[in-house]
Amino acid sequence: MPGTPIRRGDVAKFAIGAAVIAAATGAFAYTAGWLSPGRLTPTRLVAALAPPGGPALGHRRNHAKGICFTGVFESNGKGAELSRAGLLAAGTYPALGRFNLGTADPNAPDATVRVRGLGLQLTAPDGTLWRAAMIDPPFFPVSTPQAFYDLLTASHSKDPEAMKGFIAANPEFGTFVGWAKGAPWTASYAEDAFNSLNAFIFVDASGARHAVRWSYVPQATVTPITDAELTALGPDHLEQEIAQRVASGPQRWNLVITLAEAGDPTNDPSKVWPAGRRTIDAGTLVVQKIEDERDGPCRDINFDPTILPDGIAVSDDPFPAARSAAYARSFNLRTSEVKDYPYNATATTGAKP
Amino acid sequence: MTASAMTRNAVTGRSTSVTPRFSALQRLLHWLMAACILAMLFIGVGMNSTVTPKYLPLVETHKTLGFVILLLALIRLAVRLVVGAPPLPADLPPLIKLGAHLSHYGLYALMIGMPLLGWGMLSAGGYPVVLLGHIQLPAILAPSDALHTVLWNAHFYLAFAFFGLIALHAGAALFHGFIRRDGVLESMASVSAPREATRPGK
Ligand code: HEM
Ligand code: HEM
Ligand code: HEM
Repeated sequence: MPGTPIRRGDVAKFAIGAAVIAAATGAFAYTAGWLSPGRLTPTRLVAALAPPGGPALGHRRNHAKGICFTGVFESNGKGAELSRAGLLAAGTYPALGRFNLGTADPNAPDATVRVRGLGLQLTAPDGTLWRAAMIDPPFFPVSTPQAFYDLLTASHSKDPEAMKGFIAANPEFGTFVGWAKGAPWTASYAEDAFNSLNAFIFVDASGARHAVRWSYVPQATVTPITDAELTALGPDHLEQEIAQRVASGPQRWNLVITLAEAGDPTNDPSKVWPAGRRTIDAGTLVVQKIEDERDGPCRDINFDPTILPDGIAVSDDPFPAARSAAYARSFNLRTSEVKDYPYNATATTGAKP
Repeated sequence: MTASAMTRNAVTGRSTSVTPRFSALQRLLHWLMAACILAMLFIGVGMNSTVTPKYLPLVETHKTLGFVILLLALIRLAVRLVVGAPPLPADLPPLIKLGAHLSHYGLYALMIGMPLLGWGMLSAGGYPVVLLGHIQLPAILAPSDALHTVLWNAHFYLAFAFFGLIALHAGAALFHGFIRRDGVLESMASVSAPREATRPGK
């Protein structure tokens, strides 16, 4: 610089400053996970869902086969004792949802998929939302999100020992296999119960917190069938059936909230709570109209179970956070792949409301 | 620029013989926002690379702090337009001067643009935008897959551009302060009382 020779002390200060910038860049890369290839990120968790042939572009990365519905939630006000959420005060609120099958393949035949799901969004008058995604088994196959990832990896592995190793490390999975093999099937979404499985915290008007799980229990008569009988009904029976059934009359589910007692595990959806817990019937979900996913209102919704109104919060259950991260990743991918989504393909189901 | 330097001096109450500095309010905003923005960048990449329970509080903090940054940035821009900035050293090569000005425009654009992209991305994705668990903001865009994708990509790539620009900016500040020793670093350096700085060639 004109007239000012550079001082050694200043060069040292500059060097220290430059080193700080370099260290911050390293810390940034570390935080982003670039230096830890073993970290379980949403990207890896969602990638693990893909079948060996790759994901179905434009579709949900799990629960890919589904059909939309609209209707209402008729709250009877009894849930207000547990939660100050406006949606649990007596009233009728718009509902939007999606019946679905727990598979990454949007064309899977119904009888090949053991887990069925319900994505649901309830809208309060002030616009706040309660989104949920629930399934029909009475408990989840594994205890932690990491174990779910291990299950996906093992089940897609070519190594015949992989599944054995997984089961040895996650004994709770055996209980689920027992349910999957032994539980009866139904021929209709309208006959299935959908369970939150994850525990949530309801906060009442006084601020007191109550750990709960909930289920949407069908009012329809449940007729158990075998998987062979379901196979005989055809690969897309469930969507055709629910479309016809709702066209001839609305279908109903009761929202049954189960209260935990001290010591009940809230952090592990693979463990059912003991029988005899207090339950509250908080209202009725009324499904009034079925619409194809292709043009329906549920397709571009992320039924992220952490989108909760004031008065409902996550618990120490580690799943909702992991699911929120994974569902966002899946949503980002599928919405960026709309060109691959078969808007104009002939409906394979023929299901029309 | 002279006018703005005088305004600044009116604010700091200093004589023109001292290196021109940003007003105390501007320096406060600069360092407060620098801390917030660096935190935001780390929170952003941190939350998107974890599936542990801390994901949820990180996302909530990201949204809330993002809006705080948007508000501060708008206030800061207004202050900048009213109060101005001290002139860059007269002997700074024109190309470097241009670079300095462009990088400042870029930083302002990102400080305001990133939160708007985040807000727009959530709106276009059909998500509610809720701060601190219960402050519900309106959607600024109608749900749209195409828009969501564009904004998501923009928020993602610009976040890294932001980090890179800040690194360059900080490197340049150090270069001014310790190699050129031209008073530019001192013009922003501390939030506290003014300090004498030597300006070469003056
Ligand atoms: C860490 C564990 C889990 C992972 C990684 C996972 C992953 C996913 C993904 C990626 C989707 C698609 C999301 C979208 O694109 O919108 C999805 C949908 C779904 N998941 Fe999960 N899931 C997990 C646990 C659960 C649990 C515990 C339940 C139920 C209690 C559940 C029920 C559902 C349902 C019902 C859907 C369909 C929602 C809809 O119709 O959009 N999942 N899951
Ligand atoms: C998140 C980080 C940062 C942001 C967004 C940021 C933004 C800005 C902006 C927009 C200006 C122009 C001021 C105006 O015209 O109103 C500025 C000036 C300045 N910043 Fe930063 N800054 C950041 C971090 C830093 C750091 C880490 C340093 C120092 C190591 C620094 C040192 C300076 C200096 C010395 C000036 C005055 C430069 C001049 O007038 O040309 N900044 N900063
Ligand atoms: C100065 C402001 C902001 C900065 C510097 C910033 C930075 C970032 C960064 C670094 C990421 C992670 C990118 C990645 O690794 O995938 C990110 C993601 C994200 N940001 Fe921001 N952000 C800002 C403001 C906001 C605001 C105001 C919102 C919403 C209201 C927002 C919503 C999001 C969301 C939802 C994601 C996750 C995107 C995804 O699903 O991949 N951001 N942001």
